[in-house]
Amino acid sequence: MATQHSRSAARLMMAPAVILLLGWMLVPLTMTLFFSFKKYLPLRGDSVANGLEWVGFANYARFLSSSSFWPSVQATLIIVGGVLVITIVFGILLAILLDQPMWGQGVVRIMVIAPFFVMPTVSALVWKNMFMDPTNGILAHLWKAFGAEPVQWLSQASLPSLILIVSWQWLPFATLILLTAIQSLDSEQLEAAEMDGAPVLKRFWFIILPHLSRAITIVILIQTIFLLAIFAEIFVTTGGAFGTKTLSYLIFQRVLESQNVGLGSAGGVYAIILANILAVLLMRVVGKNLDA
Amino acid sequence: MGRIVLDQVSKSFGEVEVIPPLDLTIDDGEFTVFVGPSGCGKSTLLRLIAGLEDTTSGHIRIDGEDATNVSPAKRGLAMVFQSYALYPHMSVRKNIAFPMRMAKMSQEEQDKRIDAAAKALNLTDYLDRRPGQLSGGQRQRVAIGRAIVREPSAFLFDEPLSNLDAALRVGMRMEISELHKKLDTTMIYVTHDQVEAMTMADKIVVLQAGVIEQVGTPLELYRTPRNVFVAGFIGSPKMNLIEGAEAAKHDAHTIGIRPEHIDVSTTEGLWQGTVGVAEHLGSDTFIHIHGVPGCEPMTVRTDGEFGVKHGDTVYLTPNLAHLHRFDAEGLRLE
Repeated sequence: MATQHSRSAARLMMAPAVILLLGWMLVPLTMTLFFSFKKYLPLRGDSVANGLEWVGFANYARFLSSSSFWPSVQATLIIVGGVLVITIVFGILLAILLDQPMWGQGVVRIMVIAPFFVMPTVSALVWKNMFMDPTNGILAHLWKAFGAEPVQWLSQASLPSLILIVSWQWLPFATLILLTAIQSLDSEQLEAAEMDGAPVLKRFWFIILPHLSRAITIVILIQTIFLLAIFAEIFVTTGGAFGTKTLSYLIFQRVLESQNVGLGSAGGVYAIILANILAVLLMRVVGKNLDA
Repeated sequence: MGRIVLDQVSKSFGEVEVIPPLDLTIDDGEFTVFVGPSGCGKSTLLRLIAGLEDTTSGHIRIDGEDATNVSPAKRGLAMVFQSYALYPHMSVRKNIAFPMRMAKMSQEEQDKRIDAAAKALNLTDYLDRRPGQLSGGQRQRVAIGRAIVREPSAFLFDEPLSNLDAALRVGMRMEISELHKKLDTTMIYVTHDQVEAMTMADKIVVLQAGVIEQVGTPLELYRTPRNVFVAGFIGSPKMNLIEGAEAAKHDAHTIGIRPEHIDVSTTEGLWQGTVGVAEHLGSDTFIHIHGVPGCEPMTVRTDGEFGVKHGDTVYLTPNLAHLHRFDAEGLRLE
């Protein structure tokens, strides 16, 4: 009964949600775009009240020509890619493991989810001080126990360490989604495959993995969105040093450390473009799995 | 070849014994139906034969060889599941090819067998579709196709028709029977529907609580049920079982008379009763009659034109040649 009347009523009732969402996105986006074309250095006395000087694409050119730009894009992509690979591979393995009937299943499942509840700042600090500290960290003690020189994780292997920390946080998420997907697999399909002569690994490859493809797609898409923006983990561990400066961290430095709002805003627009390029790529590659 | 022998096979899940030790022989080329109410262990028995469950004790021999501890894939049996268990992400062709692909059969041979199976099962036009795009009956045929191409020594069917609508079920019943005639391979078929059992089987195995109640041809079971359970389970509508004084007249604890072996009259007869519900099927009418001592209600079958309505008084005369007598243990008296 989609009459003219009910349709306009529906629009009216959806309006608050639409306006709120639009406002939520459009206001910051417009402000970012606005500032990105202005010279805005608050410490030099620039302010919105006095009017800002229009500089055209100067901020964009400067952000792009900075020696930190391409390395930051690279670091971002490496972290996103590394974390995705680790969380999905181990997520699938853990999900299969947790799907097996075992004693204390409920408790184990809750414990597996636990890291997801730890705040990123806290977990990064725990990793930095308790595991990766080159003198007091557990890993350092482990290395020493075998007579090896402790690794200075966050400076010598900064990107892998960061990937490890972030993966630890996101593994529960991937595991959880993949576990529910595995549980929805019809056991008769596995039995049929078994009778058809498929051994365990082939059953995994031909039955379980295709069944998981949609869940894997969802994990990739959601995690990419969040991983592009990781910040706290970098802030409390390396502070952007040792090649761990991601695009979002670079923007933070431009805006707050250099107090250059215009330059940072231009970086923000680049970040939006990068995120959209990735999104389009991902939808091209894995998005077809979402079609029913 | 496909002779399957169960020797003292039993199955327990933890403390619960689902199937007490039983013996059963299924001959080569035989269409055997396991029938019984739900939870009677018929599916478990089939899964034991398939190898999807391990036996608790006893031996399963397939073609004379002990297969008790052989993996399901190596028993040479093919199974059709109740849910069809098609692989949803593969096309029909790939579904059917899957067992051959696992057996590393040559592509040429695979194509040959797929074409043959598709032709036999009317699936040629659907080979490139996904299972999700097929109707229930077509999915069923794909599942059968996947079983056929392996050329197994026996087919196992686990309630394959229970997800189909009534009309389709009758059609598929015929198709499976014809397939059996054509392939002449051993088939074991599990169902709770005694009509399927009666119409398809060479041999029916009636199960209750994991125990074999009777094994025989459909007509043997119909004519000489070994006990009250089989008598009540085989035949549609159900046999009328009468206890008490009426049974005592025939020196039995219980007597049974099938609805089709009772004459109904509006004027005279042995028993008197009133009509409850009359089900007019066109060809037949099933009348449920109340007031006959020892049997409430009694069902009788008459021709379709027999005109009675609710509340009418009718007289019934059983055909004594078809009377079944059972003792207090429920066993048949000759």
